[in-house]
Amino acid sequence: MTDSSAAIEFVDVTYRINGNRTLISGLNLSVRRGETLMLLGRSGSGKTTTLKLINRLLAQSAGKVLVDGRSTAVWDVIRLRRHIGYAIQEAGLFPHYNVQNNVALVPRLERWEAARIAARVREVLQLVGLPYDEFADRYPDQLSGGQRQRVGLARALAADPQILLMDEPFGALDPITRGEIQHEFMQLKKTLQKTVVFVTHDVAEALMLGDRIALMDSGKLKGVFLPAEFLRSTDDSVLPYISAFRASQQILNSGA
Amino acid sequence: MALPDFIVAHKREMLTLTGEHLWLVGVSMLLAIAIGVPLGIFLSRRPAWKSLILGANNIMQTIPSLALFGLLLPLPWIGARADRLAILALTLYALLPVVRNTYTGIAGVDAPVREAAIAMGLTQRQLLWQVELPLASNVIVAGIRTATVITVGVATIAAAIGAGGLGEFIFRGLAMVDNNVILAGAIPAALMALSADFVLGLIQRSLVRTHH
Repeated sequence: MTDSSAAIEFVDVTYRINGNRTLISGLNLSVRRGETLMLLGRSGSGKTTTLKLINRLLAQSAGKVLVDGRSTAVWDVIRLRRHIGYAIQEAGLFPHYNVQNNVALVPRLERWEAARIAARVREVLQLVGLPYDEFADRYPDQLSGGQRQRVGLARALAADPQILLMDEPFGALDPITRGEIQHEFMQLKKTLQKTVVFVTHDVAEALMLGDRIALMDSGKLKGVFLPAEFLRSTDDSVLPYISAFRASQQILNSGA
Repeated sequence: MALPDFIVAHKREMLTLTGEHLWLVGVSMLLAIAIGVPLGIFLSRRPAWKSLILGANNIMQTIPSLALFGLLLPLPWIGARADRLAILALTLYALLPVVRNTYTGIAGVDAPVREAAIAMGLTQRQLLWQVELPLASNVIVAGIRTATVITVGVATIAAAIGAGGLGEFIFRGLAMVDNNVILAGAIPAALMALSADFVLGLIQRSLVRTHH
Protein backbone atom coordinates (compact mmCIF):
# COMPACT_ATOMS: atom_id res chain seq x y z
CA MET A 1 0.00 0.00 0.00
CA THR A 2 1.38 3.39 -0.90
CA ASP A 3 0.51 6.72 0.61
CA SER A 4 0.14 9.40 -2.03
CA SER A 5 0.58 12.22 0.48
CA ALA A 6 4.02 10.90 1.46
CA ALA A 7 7.04 12.83 0.21
CA ILE A 8 9.28 9.80 0.78
CA GLU A 9 8.26 6.22 1.26
CA PHE A 10 10.21 3.05 2.00
CA VAL A 11 8.45 -0.17 1.00
CA ASP A 12 9.99 -3.41 2.31
CA VAL A 13 13.48 -2.05 1.80
CA THR A 14 16.51 -4.21 2.41
CA TYR A 15 20.08 -3.13 1.88
CA ARG A 16 22.95 -5.58 1.88
CA ILE A 17 26.57 -4.68 1.46
CA ASN A 18 28.42 -6.76 -1.14
CA GLY A 19 25.45 -9.08 -1.24
CA ASN A 20 25.91 -10.54 2.25
CA ARG A 21 25.99 -8.33 5.35
CA THR A 22 22.52 -6.85 5.89
CA LEU A 23 22.54 -3.21 6.98
CA ILE A 24 18.83 -2.51 6.56
CA SER A 25 16.11 -5.10 6.58
CA GLY A 26 12.37 -4.92 5.89
CA LEU A 27 12.13 -1.17 6.26
CA ASN A 28 8.66 0.34 5.86
CA LEU A 29 8.48 4.04 6.58
CA SER A 30 6.76 7.02 5.13
CA VAL A 31 7.79 10.63 5.53
CA ARG A 32 4.95 13.10 5.27
CA ARG A 33 5.18 16.21 3.17
CA GLY A 34 6.42 19.15 5.24
CA GLU A 35 7.37 17.20 8.36
CA THR A 36 10.74 16.87 10.01
CA LEU A 37 11.40 13.21 10.65
CA MET A 38 14.31 12.39 12.91
CA LEU A 39 16.13 9.12 12.30
CA LEU A 40 17.44 8.27 15.74
CA GLY A 41 19.77 5.41 16.55
CA ARG A 42 23.22 4.39 17.65
CA SER A 43 26.23 4.20 15.35
CA GLY A 44 25.72 1.29 12.99
CA SER A 45 21.95 1.24 13.38
CA GLY A 46 21.47 1.99 9.68
CA LYS A 47 20.22 5.56 9.91
CA THR A 48 22.80 7.07 7.55
CA THR A 49 22.32 4.15 5.17
CA THR A 50 18.58 4.84 5.22
CA LEU A 51 19.23 8.49 4.41
CA LYS A 52 21.51 7.64 1.49
CA LEU A 53 18.90 5.34 -0.02
CA ILE A 54 16.65 8.36 -0.50
CA ASN A 55 18.96 10.23 -2.92
CA ARG A 56 20.39 6.99 -4.23
CA LEU A 57 23.91 7.48 -2.95
CA LEU A 58 23.19 3.85 -2.13
CA ALA A 59 20.83 1.57 -3.99
CA GLN A 60 18.65 -0.88 -2.05
CA SER A 61 19.05 -4.61 -2.60
CA ALA A 62 15.31 -5.24 -2.35
CA GLY A 63 12.12 -3.22 -2.00
CA LYS A 64 11.28 0.25 -3.20
CA VAL A 65 12.06 3.79 -2.20
CA LEU A 66 9.56 6.33 -3.50
CA VAL A 67 10.28 10.04 -3.73
CA ASP A 68 7.24 12.15 -4.63
CA GLY A 69 5.44 8.92 -5.42
CA ARG A 70 8.02 7.76 -7.93
CA SER A 71 10.50 4.96 -7.39
CA THR A 72 14.08 6.20 -7.11
CA ALA A 73 15.01 3.44 -9.54
CA VAL A 74 12.87 5.22 -12.16
CA TRP A 75 14.04 8.77 -11.39
CA ASP A 76 16.94 10.08 -13.41
CA VAL A 77 19.51 9.97 -10.60
CA ILE A 78 20.97 13.42 -11.33
CA ARG A 79 17.50 14.98 -11.40
CA LEU A 80 16.60 13.18 -8.19
CA ARG A 81 19.66 14.52 -6.37
CA ARG A 82 19.22 18.08 -7.56
CA HIS A 83 15.64 17.85 -6.34
CA ILE A 84 16.84 16.99 -2.82
CA GLY A 85 19.03 19.12 -0.54
CA TYR A 86 21.81 17.38 1.35
CA ALA A 87 23.78 18.56 4.39
CA ILE A 88 26.35 16.48 6.28
CA GLN A 89 28.41 16.71 9.44
CA GLU A 90 31.69 17.61 7.75
CA ALA A 91 29.77 20.07 5.53
CA GLY A 92 31.76 18.86 2.50
CA LEU A 93 32.20 22.36 1.12
CA PHE A 94 34.42 22.66 -1.95
CA PRO A 95 37.70 24.05 -0.57
CA HIS A 96 38.56 25.71 -3.88
CA TYR A 97 35.24 27.59 -4.09
CA ASN A 98 34.44 30.63 -2.00
CA VAL A 99 31.20 30.81 -0.03
CA GLN A 100 29.06 32.28 -2.78
CA ASN A 101 30.27 29.75 -5.35
CA ASN A 102 29.69 26.89 -2.93
CA VAL A 103 26.14 28.08 -2.32
CA ALA A 104 25.53 28.74 -6.01
CA LEU A 105 26.53 25.19 -6.94
CA VAL A 106 23.17 23.61 -7.72
CA PRO A 107 21.53 26.72 -9.24
CA ARG A 108 24.55 26.97 -11.54
CA LEU A 109 24.33 23.28 -12.48
CA GLU A 110 20.67 23.95 -13.21
CA ARG A 111 21.71 26.86 -15.44
CA TRP A 112 19.81 29.59 -13.67
CA GLU A 113 20.44 33.13 -14.94
CA ALA A 114 23.33 34.93 -13.26
CA ALA A 115 21.13 37.62 -11.71
CA ARG A 116 18.76 35.04 -10.26
CA ILE A 117 21.66 33.05 -8.82
CA ALA A 118 23.19 36.15 -7.23
CA ALA A 119 19.88 37.15 -5.65
CA ARG A 120 19.24 33.64 -4.39
CA VAL A 121 22.74 33.29 -2.87
CA ARG A 122 22.23 36.55 -0.99
CA GLU A 123 18.80 35.48 0.20
CA VAL A 124 19.78 32.02 1.35
CA LEU A 125 22.93 33.23 3.17
CA GLN A 126 20.73 35.72 4.99
CA LEU A 127 18.41 32.86 5.89
CA VAL A 128 21.20 30.92 7.62
CA GLY A 129 22.46 34.03 9.39
CA LEU A 130 25.55 34.86 7.33
CA PRO A 131 25.60 38.44 6.00
CA TYR A 132 26.45 38.28 2.32
CA ASP A 133 28.88 41.19 2.28
CA GLU A 134 30.94 39.70 5.06
CA PHE A 135 31.04 36.08 3.93
CA ALA A 136 30.48 35.78 0.18
CA ASP A 137 34.15 35.96 -0.78
CA ARG A 138 35.60 33.86 2.01
CA TYR A 139 36.93 30.37 1.48
CA PRO A 140 35.87 27.41 3.65
CA ASP A 141 39.19 27.39 5.50
CA GLN A 142 38.51 30.97 6.59
CA LEU A 143 35.31 29.95 8.39
CA SER A 144 34.60 28.50 11.81
CA GLY A 145 32.96 25.08 12.10
CA GLY A 146 29.57 26.67 12.77
CA GLN A 147 29.90 29.00 9.79
CA ARG A 148 30.85 26.09 7.54
CA GLN A 149 27.74 24.23 8.67
CA ARG A 150 25.62 27.27 7.87
CA VAL A 151 27.15 27.49 4.40
CA GLY A 152 26.50 23.76 3.96
CA LEU A 153 22.88 24.34 4.90
CA ALA A 154 22.65 27.35 2.57
CA ARG A 155 24.05 25.24 -0.26
CA ALA A 156 21.50 22.52 0.44
CA LEU A 157 18.67 25.10 0.36
CA ALA A 158 19.93 27.10 -2.62
CA ALA A 159 17.87 25.54 -5.38
CA ASP A 160 14.81 25.50 -3.08
CA PRO A 161 14.39 21.73 -2.92
CA GLN A 162 11.22 20.50 -1.25
CA ILE A 163 13.13 17.71 0.46
CA LEU A 164 16.16 18.13 2.71
CA LEU A 165 18.38 15.32 3.98
CA MET A 166 20.61 16.08 6.94
CA ASP A 167 23.17 13.69 8.37
CA GLU A 168 24.19 14.81 11.87
CA PRO A 169 24.75 18.28 10.46
CA PHE A 170 25.43 19.81 13.87
CA GLY A 171 27.26 16.82 15.31
CA ALA A 172 30.77 18.23 15.21
CA LEU A 173 29.99 21.65 16.65
CA ASP A 174 30.78 22.92 20.12
CA PRO A 175 27.72 22.85 22.43
CA ILE A 176 27.08 26.60 22.33
CA THR A 177 27.24 26.93 18.55
CA ARG A 178 25.24 23.77 18.30
CA GLY A 179 22.47 25.16 20.51
CA GLU A 180 22.33 28.37 18.48
CA ILE A 181 22.19 26.64 15.15
CA GLN A 182 19.58 24.14 16.37
CA HIS A 183 17.46 27.03 17.53
CA GLU A 184 17.78 28.74 14.17
CA PHE A 185 16.97 25.52 12.41
CA MET A 186 13.68 25.36 14.32
CA GLN A 187 12.77 28.85 13.10
CA LEU A 188 13.88 27.97 9.59
CA LYS A 189 11.81 24.84 9.45
CA LYS A 190 8.69 26.80 10.40
CA THR A 191 9.18 29.37 7.65
CA LEU A 192 10.33 27.00 4.93
CA GLN A 193 7.93 24.06 5.33
CA LYS A 194 10.35 21.57 3.82
CA THR A 195 10.21 17.83 4.20
CA VAL A 196 13.27 17.06 6.30
CA VAL A 197 14.85 13.74 7.14
CA PHE A 198 17.38 14.32 9.88
CA VAL A 199 19.84 11.72 11.17
CA THR A 200 20.98 12.04 14.76
CA HIS A 201 22.19 9.93 17.68
CA ASP A 202 21.29 12.67 20.14
CA VAL A 203 17.91 12.14 21.87
CA ALA A 204 17.64 15.75 22.98
CA GLU A 205 18.19 16.93 19.41
CA ALA A 206 15.61 14.44 18.14
CA LEU A 207 13.04 15.60 20.70
CA MET A 208 13.70 19.26 20.06
CA LEU A 209 13.80 19.35 16.27
CA GLY A 210 11.59 16.47 15.21
CA ASP A 211 7.90 16.39 14.36
CA ARG A 212 8.27 12.63 14.57
CA ILE A 213 11.07 10.32 15.63
CA ALA A 214 11.87 7.09 13.82
CA LEU A 215 13.94 4.87 16.06
CA MET A 216 16.36 2.48 14.38
CA ASP A 217 18.34 -0.36 15.81
CA SER A 218 20.51 -2.95 14.03
CA GLY A 219 19.08 -2.08 10.64
CA LYS A 220 15.45 -2.32 11.73
CA LEU A 221 12.85 0.33 12.38
CA LYS A 222 11.72 -0.01 16.01
CA GLY A 223 8.88 2.46 15.72
CA VAL A 224 7.85 5.98 14.80
CA PHE A 225 6.83 8.29 17.62
CA LEU A 226 5.68 11.82 18.26
CA PRO A 227 8.18 13.41 20.69
CA ALA A 228 5.63 13.29 23.52
CA GLU A 229 4.83 9.64 22.78
CA PHE A 230 8.50 8.84 22.69
CA LEU A 231 9.03 10.18 26.19
CA ARG A 232 6.05 8.18 27.50
CA SER A 233 6.91 5.00 25.63
CA THR A 234 7.58 1.80 27.55
CA ASP A 235 9.04 0.08 24.50
CA ASP A 236 12.24 -1.79 25.35
CA SER A 237 14.15 -0.16 22.54
CA VAL A 238 13.07 3.34 23.60
CA LEU A 239 13.77 3.03 27.33
CA PRO A 240 17.57 3.29 27.18
CA TYR A 241 17.21 6.57 25.24
CA ILE A 242 14.74 7.95 27.73
CA SER A 243 16.92 7.09 30.70
CA ALA A 244 19.96 8.63 28.99
CA PHE A 245 17.91 11.74 28.28
CA ARG A 246 16.53 11.90 31.86
CA ALA A 247 20.04 11.44 33.26
CA SER A 248 21.34 14.39 31.26
CA GLN A 249 18.33 16.47 32.36
CA GLN A 250 18.98 15.57 36.00
CA ILE A 251 22.56 16.68 35.75
CA LEU A 252 21.32 19.94 34.28
CA ASN A 253 18.74 20.42 37.04
CA SER A 254 21.06 19.53 39.88
CA GLY A 255 23.59 21.98 38.47
CA ALA A 256 20.99 24.77 38.46
CA MET B 1 90.85 24.92 -25.39
CA ALA B 2 89.15 26.55 -22.40
CA LEU B 3 85.40 26.09 -21.90
CA PRO B 4 84.38 29.64 -22.93
CA ASP B 5 86.43 29.36 -26.11
CA PHE B 6 84.90 25.98 -26.87
CA ILE B 7 81.40 27.43 -26.39
CA VAL B 8 82.11 30.36 -28.69
CA ALA B 9 83.61 28.10 -31.34
CA HIS B 10 80.70 25.64 -31.15
CA LYS B 11 77.92 28.16 -30.60
CA ARG B 12 75.78 26.99 -33.49
CA GLU B 13 76.16 23.32 -32.72
CA MET B 14 75.33 23.99 -29.11
CA LEU B 15 72.11 25.77 -30.07
CA THR B 16 71.16 22.93 -32.38
CA LEU B 17 71.80 20.30 -29.74
CA THR B 18 69.91 22.32 -27.10
CA GLY B 19 67.02 22.60 -29.56
CA GLU B 20 67.07 18.85 -30.15
CA HIS B 21 67.18 18.22 -26.44
CA LEU B 22 64.18 20.50 -25.85
CA TRP B 23 62.33 18.74 -28.65
CA LEU B 24 62.99 15.28 -27.18
CA VAL B 25 61.96 16.38 -23.69
CA GLY B 26 58.98 18.45 -24.86
CA VAL B 27 57.44 15.78 -27.07
CA SER B 28 58.04 13.05 -24.49
CA MET B 29 56.48 15.10 -21.72
CA LEU B 30 53.46 16.02 -23.83
CA LEU B 31 52.95 12.34 -24.59
CA ALA B 32 53.51 11.34 -20.96
CA ILE B 33 50.90 13.90 -19.83
CA ALA B 34 48.47 12.96 -22.61
CA ILE B 35 48.70 9.29 -21.60
CA GLY B 36 49.52 9.57 -17.90
CA VAL B 37 46.77 11.92 -16.72
CA PRO B 38 43.91 9.93 -18.32
CA LEU B 39 45.51 6.73 -17.03
CA GLY B 40 45.65 8.18 -13.52
CA ILE B 41 41.98 9.20 -13.81
CA PHE B 42 41.14 5.69 -14.99
CA LEU B 43 42.89 4.22 -11.93
CA SER B 44 40.87 6.47 -9.64
CA ARG B 45 37.72 4.99 -11.19
CA ARG B 46 38.96 1.37 -11.31
CA PRO B 47 41.38 0.98 -8.38
CA ALA B 48 41.56 -2.76 -9.05
CA TRP B 49 43.93 -1.94 -11.93
CA LYS B 50 46.20 0.09 -9.69
CA SER B 51 48.76 -2.54 -8.74
CA LEU B 52 49.01 -3.84 -12.31
CA ILE B 53 49.53 -0.46 -13.98
CA LEU B 54 51.65 1.19 -11.31
CA GLY B 55 53.62 -2.05 -10.95
CA ALA B 56 54.35 -2.25 -14.66
CA ASN B 57 55.39 1.38 -14.56
CA ASN B 58 57.66 0.74 -11.62
CA ILE B 59 59.39 -2.11 -13.43
CA MET B 60 59.85 0.16 -16.41
CA GLN B 61 61.70 2.62 -14.19
CA THR B 62 64.13 -0.06 -13.05
CA ILE B 63 65.30 -0.84 -16.59
CA PRO B 64 68.51 1.11 -17.20
CA SER B 65 67.90 3.73 -19.84
CA LEU B 66 70.59 2.50 -22.20
CA ALA B 67 69.14 -1.02 -22.04
CA LEU B 68 65.63 0.29 -22.68
CA PHE B 69 66.83 2.09 -25.83
CA GLY B 70 68.34 -1.19 -26.98
CA LEU B 71 65.26 -3.24 -26.11
CA LEU B 72 62.97 -0.95 -28.09
CA LEU B 73 65.21 -1.07 -31.16
CA PRO B 74 63.49 -4.04 -32.86
CA LEU B 75 60.06 -2.34 -32.80
CA PRO B 76 58.72 -1.55 -36.27
CA TRP B 77 58.37 2.16 -37.22
CA ILE B 78 59.65 3.21 -33.79
CA GLY B 79 63.00 1.48 -34.25
CA ALA B 80 63.41 2.97 -37.71
CA ARG B 81 64.41 6.39 -36.38
CA ALA B 82 66.54 7.22 -33.38
CA ASP B 83 64.42 10.19 -32.27
CA ARG B 84 61.21 8.12 -32.27
CA LEU B 85 62.94 5.51 -30.22
CA ALA B 86 64.27 8.07 -27.78
CA ILE B 87 60.87 9.74 -27.42
CA LEU B 88 59.17 6.41 -26.69
CA ALA B 89 61.73 5.48 -24.06
CA LEU B 90 61.60 8.93 -22.43
CA THR B 91 57.79 8.83 -22.40
CA LEU B 92 57.85 5.47 -20.66
CA TYR B 93 60.17 6.84 -17.99
CA ALA B 94 58.10 9.99 -17.48
CA LEU B 95 54.85 8.09 -17.21
CA LEU B 96 55.11 6.75 -13.66
CA PRO B 97 55.30 10.05 -11.76
CA VAL B 98 52.48 11.49 -13.87
CA VAL B 99 50.15 8.49 -13.47
CA ARG B 100 50.93 8.02 -9.81
CA ASN B 101 50.46 11.66 -8.89
CA THR B 102 47.25 11.98 -10.89
CA TYR B 103 45.85 8.96 -9.08
CA THR B 104 47.13 10.11 -5.66
CA GLY B 105 45.83 13.63 -6.19
CA ILE B 106 42.33 12.45 -7.08
CA ALA B 107 42.28 9.83 -4.32
CA GLY B 108 43.34 12.56 -1.89
CA VAL B 109 40.16 14.62 -2.39
CA ASP B 110 38.33 14.60 0.96
CA ALA B 111 35.61 11.96 1.10
CA PRO B 112 32.94 14.39 2.40
CA VAL B 113 33.70 16.79 -0.46
CA ARG B 114 33.26 14.04 -3.01
CA GLU B 115 30.14 12.72 -1.30
CA ALA B 116 28.57 16.18 -1.14
CA ALA B 117 29.39 16.76 -4.81
CA ILE B 118 27.69 13.52 -5.83
CA ALA B 119 24.73 14.18 -3.54
CA MET B 120 24.29 17.66 -5.03
CA GLY B 121 23.79 16.01 -8.41
CA LEU B 122 27.11 16.53 -10.17
CA THR B 123 27.55 14.14 -13.06
CA GLN B 124 30.72 12.01 -13.18
CA ARG B 125 32.17 14.44 -15.68
CA GLN B 126 31.33 17.50 -13.58
CA LEU B 127 32.77 15.79 -10.52
CA LEU B 128 36.02 15.23 -12.40
CA TRP B 129 36.38 18.67 -13.98
CA GLN B 130 34.91 20.88 -11.26
CA VAL B 131 36.08 19.08 -8.13
CA GLU B 132 38.64 16.32 -8.55
CA LEU B 133 41.01 17.77 -11.14
CA PRO B 134 41.11 21.28 -9.65
CA LEU B 135 41.78 19.87 -6.18
CA ALA B 136 44.35 17.38 -7.49
CA SER B 137 46.02 19.87 -9.85
CA ASN B 138 48.95 20.81 -7.65
CA VAL B 139 49.76 17.15 -6.96
CA ILE B 140 49.48 16.40 -10.69
CA VAL B 141 51.80 19.30 -11.55
CA ALA B 142 54.24 18.05 -8.91
CA GLY B 143 54.33 14.72 -10.79
CA ILE B 144 54.88 16.47 -14.11
CA ARG B 145 57.67 18.48 -12.49
CA THR B 146 59.45 15.36 -11.23
CA ALA B 147 59.01 13.65 -14.59
CA THR B 148 60.35 16.64 -16.51
CA VAL B 149 63.51 16.86 -14.45
CA ILE B 150 64.11 13.10 -14.86
CA THR B 151 63.46 13.35 -18.60
CA VAL B 152 65.93 16.21 -19.13
CA GLY B 153 68.60 14.04 -17.53
CA VAL B 154 67.74 10.76 -19.22
CA ALA B 155 67.48 12.52 -22.59
CA THR B 156 71.27 12.97 -22.58
CA ILE B 157 71.51 9.17 -23.02
CA ALA B 158 69.53 9.49 -26.26
CA ALA B 159 72.75 10.62 -27.96
CA ALA B 160 74.09 7.08 -27.49
CA ILE B 161 71.59 5.81 -30.09
CA GLY B 162 72.11 8.80 -32.34
CA ALA B 163 68.97 10.74 -31.36
CA GLY B 164 70.96 13.92 -30.75
CA GLY B 165 70.53 16.36 -27.92
CA LEU B 166 73.09 17.66 -25.42
CA GLY B 167 74.29 14.11 -24.76
CA GLU B 168 76.24 14.43 -28.02
CA PHE B 169 78.75 16.70 -26.27
CA ILE B 170 78.86 14.47 -23.23
CA PHE B 171 79.61 11.30 -25.18
CA ARG B 172 82.07 13.12 -27.44
CA GLY B 173 83.85 14.57 -24.40
CA LEU B 174 84.01 11.13 -22.81
CA ALA B 175 85.55 9.68 -25.97
CA MET B 176 88.00 12.57 -26.28
CA VAL B 177 88.71 12.60 -22.52
CA ASP B 178 87.98 16.34 -22.63
CA ASN B 179 86.11 17.72 -19.64
CA ASN B 180 85.27 20.98 -21.40
CA VAL B 181 83.32 19.13 -24.06
CA ILE B 182 81.50 17.14 -21.40
CA LEU B 183 80.65 20.33 -19.54
CA ALA B 184 79.42 22.00 -22.73
CA GLY B 185 76.69 19.32 -22.74
CA ALA B 186 76.22 18.87 -19.02
CA ILE B 187 75.87 22.52 -18.02
CA PRO B 188 73.09 23.46 -20.45
CA ALA B 189 71.29 20.20 -19.56
CA ALA B 190 71.52 21.03 -15.86
CA LEU B 191 70.32 24.59 -16.49
CA MET B 192 67.40 23.20 -18.49
CA ALA B 193 66.44 20.87 -15.65
CA LEU B 194 66.71 23.65 -13.08
CA SER B 195 64.60 26.08 -15.11
CA ALA B 196 61.94 23.46 -15.75
CA ASP B 197 61.90 22.70 -12.04
CA PHE B 198 61.64 26.38 -11.19
CA VAL B 199 58.85 27.22 -13.65
CA LEU B 200 56.78 24.14 -12.81
CA GLY B 201 57.37 24.85 -9.12
CA LEU B 202 55.89 28.32 -9.59
CA ILE B 203 52.86 26.86 -11.36
CA GLN B 204 52.44 24.31 -8.61
CA ARG B 205 52.57 26.95 -5.88
CA SER B 206 50.10 29.18 -7.67
CA LEU B 207 47.68 26.22 -7.81
CA VAL B 208 48.05 25.63 -4.08
CA ARG B 209 47.29 29.27 -3.43
CA THR B 210 44.08 29.24 -5.43
CA HIS B 211 42.55 26.71 -3.12
CA HIS B 212 44.10 28.13 0.00
